Order: sequence, then C-alpha cells, then structure tokens
Amino acid sequence: MEMWYTEEQTKNVRFSIRCDKQKYSAQSEFQRIEIFSTPEFGDVLVLDDRIMLTTKDEFIYHEMIAHVPMATNPQIKNVLVIGAGDGGTVKELTKYDTIENIDMVEIDRMVVDACKQYLPTVACRLSDPRVHIHIDDGLRFVRSVENKYDLIIVDSTDPIGPGEGLFTTEFYGNCYKALNENGILVNQHESPFYKTYSKAMRLAHKKIVEFFPICKVYQAHIPTYPSGHWLFGFASKKYHPTHDLDEGAWNRLSIDTQYYNTRLHLGSFALPTYVTKQLMEGEYHN
Amino acid sequence: MNLSQQRAPIYEALSEYRENRIVSFDVPGHKQGKGNPELTEFLGKQCMSVDVNSMKPLDNLCHPVSVIKEAEELMADAFGAAHAFFMVNGTSSAVQAMVMSVCKRGDKIIMPRNVHRSSINALIVCGAVPVYVDPGVNKRLGIPLGMSVASVKRAIAENPDAKAIIVNNPTYYGVCSNLREIVKIAHEAGMKVLVDEAHGTHFYFGDYMPLSAMSVGADMAAVSMHKTGGSLTQSSALLLGKDINPGYVRQIINLTQTTSASYLLLSSVDIARRNLALNGRKIFETVTSLASYGIKEINKLGGLYAFSRELINGDDIFDFDPTKISVHTRDIGLAGIEVYDILRDRFDIQIEFGDIGNILAIVSVGDRILNVERLISALYEIKRLYTRDPAGMLDHEYIEPHVICSPQEAFYSEKKQLPLDDTLGKVCAEFVMCYPPGIPILAPGELITKDALEYIKYAKAKGCNLLGAEDMNTDKINVTVQ
Repeated sequence: MEMWYTEEQTKNVRFSIRCDKQKYSAQSEFQRIEIFSTPEFGDVLVLDDRIMLTTKDEFIYHEMIAHVPMATNPQIKNVLVIGAGDGGTVKELTKYDTIENIDMVEIDRMVVDACKQYLPTVACRLSDPRVHIHIDDGLRFVRSVENKYDLIIVDSTDPIGPGEGLFTTEFYGNCYKALNENGILVNQHESPFYKTYSKAMRLAHKKIVEFFPICKVYQAHIPTYPSGHWLFGFASKKYHPTHDLDEGAWNRLSIDTQYYNTRLHLGSFALPTYVTKQLMEGEYHN
Repeated sequence: MNLSQQRAPIYEALSEYRENRIVSFDVPGHKQGKGNPELTEFLGKQCMSVDVNSMKPLDNLCHPVSVIKEAEELMADAFGAAHAFFMVNGTSSAVQAMVMSVCKRGDKIIMPRNVHRSSINALIVCGAVPVYVDPGVNKRLGIPLGMSVASVKRAIAENPDAKAIIVNNPTYYGVCSNLREIVKIAHEAGMKVLVDEAHGTHFYFGDYMPLSAMSVGADMAAVSMHKTGGSLTQSSALLLGKDINPGYVRQIINLTQTTSASYLLLSSVDIARRNLALNGRKIFETVTSLASYGIKEINKLGGLYAFSRELINGDDIFDFDPTKISVHTRDIGLAGIEVYDILRDRFDIQIEFGDIGNILAIVSVGDRILNVERLISALYEIKRLYTRDPAGMLDHEYIEPHVICSPQEAFYSEKKQLPLDDTLGKVCAEFVMCYPPGIPILAPGELITKDALEYIKYAKAKGCNLLGAEDMNTDKINVTVQ
C-alpha cells in the first residue's frame, strides 16, 4: 500500500511526501498533532494539517530564527521563546554558554511531550537546566512582564488556530514592554509568495513597525514550507541586524551550524523587490 | 406537558422538505438559490435550500397549528412559560407586542427611564403614557442601575390606575432589580409585569444566574435568543405567564409582523432552544468562568475597573449578570467609546458598546479562552499607551427626564427643526440616543435640558454614534410647536 501525506498549501496547490509509517496521532485541546516517518524528509511533525518541521530541513528554520539575533548581540543572556514546543529553537540557543536563562512558553503540553518522545534529535535540549518550560498562552504570559528579556523569539504556527493571538497588535506591544532597552524580537513571519501567507506577513509587519524603531525582515529557503520561501521578522530597540553584526566575534565562538554563517546573515536581509514592496505598503499605512 | 427537548420540529420539517425535492412554483423566487448563483455562492446551498415560504408541511408563523406550534410549545416548556411565540423582527418587536398587549391609548405604564427605545416606540404607536421611575445611579461609575422596590412602590401608589410595569432584566450593563418583589407588589395592585430580557436569555439555563422573569411569575418576557442564546440575528421569543391570553397576544403580534417569516430565523431559534435546553447549564458554566477570569485579569491591571457582583446591594443592584465583562474606563482618562474605537481600529477586537464612561464585552456560547486573552491583553496595551488625565471628563450616563406630554402626542404634534443650541427649554418631538446602547437621551415629549444638550455634544465629540433624530448628524432636533 502506498501512503502519502498531502498538504493543501493553498486552495489550488498541494504538496505531497511519501510516508513509511505514522508514529503518533492525537487531538489535543488546541490542535491535531501527527508525527510520521518518511523516506525523503525523515520524521515529520504536522499540526492541524500543516507541516511544522521535518528532521531533514528543520536546521534551516531553527538556525535562522536563533543565530541571527544571537550574532547581532552576543551579550544576550535572558531569552523568552514563545511557541517552539518541538524544542528546535531551544536546541540552537543552548549552543551559547553565555545565555543564562531560557523561558519557553508553549500553549500545548501534548506537543512538547510528543516531540520529546518521537523527535528526540530536535527536542534533545529541552532538559537543559537553563530551560524553563511554561505551559501557557504566550499572549497571557507576556502581558504582565516588563523590561525583562534581552531577546524574545516567536516561533509560532500560522495565524489561524492557537497561534492567532501571536500575530496581534496587543501581543507585539506586550513584547515591546517585556523587552529591556537592548531588546530584540524575532518572529516567524510567514511567506511573501502565496496570497494568504503574504497577507499575514504584511499585517504582521505593519503591526510590528508601530512599536519598534528598527524593523527588518530576513529570509531563508525551507523546502517543506509553502513556496519554500520563508521570512523572519527582526525588530529591535537598539541593535541593527547588519550594521551591528561583528562577524569576527561570532566566528570566534566556533558554534557548529549547517545553514547559518555570518556571510549568509548579511545576505539574508537582502530581499527580492516584490517582497520589499509588500513590506513598504505596510509601513506606508502607518 | 410531556415534551422531548431532544426534538426540533421546524428543523426536522425543513430537513424533510429538502429531502423530498419538491418542485416549487411559489415564492421566494430564487427557488432554493438557483435563481441567484452569486448569493448561493456567498451563503451556501444548504442555507438557500431552506429559505422557503410558509406551506402546509412547514406551518405558518401567523397562525401556527403544526410544527411551529410544537416548536413554540417546546420553547415554552424549556423556559418555564405558559406560552411562547417565535419572533422574527427582533426583540424590539417582542417588547412592542408586550406593551401593546396590555395598554391602550391613554393608559399609564410604569417603566424605568433607562429602557431600550423599543419600549418607548411602542408608546408612540399605541398612545400609552409612560410613568418613569428614576433608576438608581452608581456615583463612581455614573451608570443607571435597576429600580429600587421603594421607588416602584411609590410609583404604584401615585399611579394606581397604571396598567403595567416594565422591568429590565438585566440592564445593558448587567444590573438586575428585585424582580420577585416587584412582581408581587405589582400583582397586588392589579398591574401586569412586562420584562425586557433582551440580555437575559441565559438566566433560564445557567446555575447561579439572576432570577428569570418566568420563574418569579412575571406576565410577559421578551427574550433575545440571538443575543446570548446562539440563534440568528433578528430572531427572538416572547414568553407569556399563565394569566395572559395568548390568542389576543397573537392578534397584537400579527398587527405588525411580516406574513413571510424567514425559516432561517425560525429554525435557528428552534435549534438554539434545543441546544440550550440540553446543554445550557454546561455552556453557561463555561461562559461564566470565562467572564469571571476576564474580570479578574482586567482588575489586576489597575486603572480599568471591571465591575461585577461586588456591587450587589440588595436594592437597585439586586443581582448582576455574571456573563458580562463591563469595564469602567474613565479613570485612565478615556471615554468608553474611545476604548471601543481603539479596540476595533487598532486591535481588531469588536465589543458590544462603549459609552461615556464604560465598555461592555459580551461573552457567550461562541467564545473561547484565547479570545478572552486577546481582549485582556489589548486592554493592558491601551492602558500602557493611551492613559490620560481624566480631569474634565463627563461623569454620568443618566439624564433625568422631564416629561411634558406623551411620546405619541409629541411625535405626531406640529413640530419644527431647530439647531441644537436653540432647543433649550423646548419639548423634544423625536428620539436622540447613542447606539449602542439605544437608551434614549431624549424621548418624544421630554423637556430639552442643559444637561441633555451637554451630554449630546460630549457624546458627539467623543465619537458616539448618535441617532434617532430626523437630522442624520443630530445637528438639529425636532421640537414641538407650543
């Protein structure tokens, strides 16, 4: 019997991966969680019919969401990660000995438990003593925090379902308040290519520029995400992601990466013209 | 009565009608949607296929003898009423039917002044004369409350010839009067008790809810099934106690009701009733816990005051609806309407209303905790980003009325339109209100006072949606020619 996972990336576009077997399937309070193994992409985590990660290409996403802010300000010590129940972002952050504390806020305990059990190569660092896991709504968690974190990483699902609150004006405003004067906010910023995703991307950018003096967007190529072209937001109170990058300092840390390097860091902020235009539209409306 | 609340007769009849694939040579002309493909694409085939006309197997709302009758009996049973009517022109029509069923031209009717416009509209149509009872006013919040038993007693003693009394259960903000006692003293005086329960559908189902009209022997109640019960907008119900003649009430309803009642609305009431009867207790337990969580979190912030059951005083706040999130905003220097606008324009959150000093968020059967978290977080942001000095802000919502003549007399009198500032001391010939909440600032027949004019100007400046007057901008008001 042939088994294929098919994701409807848009109403008119489908993306399929051949599967070997299903390893986990459950409905949590918030979403449907599935993990299966595939010959091409290794193990795949799917939430509500959307691929969250595959063990073959997760390094691209997680390295880019973690190392870009860390290389921009290597002094970062106190980090808040929102979402990221799979542990991939935390895995990259724990490569820095200088980080003292990582608060991880994930709404769905079942995602964390399933990933610990079935995706050990991704969730491997969740037991690091610096990592504190809070099972809570990210929006709720940040609203009472003030002037505390050096870095907030929003590693969320798409803005439909439990991730919706993490694409809102109130959330970005609350994050601004929760960051200290050196603070950086990095977020999963959707894709510019297909219409529904690009709408979410423009809206997110428009809301973030209302709060932060420095707002940039950078990109990566992630084969299993819709269109493969994915964006991250970099919003900051003080540090500029390319002007303030000290390439030598980061390279001296000798951190092991597969995708990220400081040349790529600089290049990832050079966006295609159609993307820049979409982002400017959002800024213009403010 | 031995009725199964599992049943939904109108829904069942419509499902069967759809399966039978009847060829229709009757109205509506879209013929199950085929004649209007764009609309069918927008609303869905399922929906269009049951947008049908009254016919034998589907009964007729004007004269129900089969499935609508059964559905109304189930409704009455679920709400503890002697009789129930499905209403398709909003709770406004149910309120008007109540008033017109017990009052004729010249009859007196006792009511608090903070009624919805629909009550006073009924007086314009039927010619009854209002006797207003001043509701209590909470000094800190500036809002009108319920009626105290003492003030109702006084109104009854001074107007022993009044035919009926209207009670809000609850007010828009969630305040309840001592309904049981009011019913008792009104009945002793031979008056009927009409209850506007536009915001009280859930009182019939939840535990720890304020008392419902039917449970304390009130004579009629208008319940807005669509507001908190889950049916479609504009659908509603009128409940009768045992001492009201349903045949006469039906005649009154049919004076103004459409003869083409929408089966979308009727089936939505039927299905919502079934859901409430079977699951209401559980649903409103969840709703209450969401609202009380929201209230607790908002109050943690300070500055904004989410008021609720701590206000209960055994009198003009006899009880408080636990499913509402009512928030006083003046202490952070913002009018309620300003917070309402910021929530919508900047945070994509639509709440029920904002007035001079408060906002109201309605939590209902359709809400989830994540949405409540958004509202709370947005209010945190509004406090952080928009707080101002509250000095100079208007601090009261309630304008004491001075009734010169009946609403009908004023509305149909010879009148002229004057600029706002020239109307001081004149008798108003139309309504002026902010909508929502739709409680008149001025009603026809009332003296235009300095207080009222100041309030209107302030509400306009703050961005309230003013309506009721002939002049769409409320720059001019119609007054009677004396």
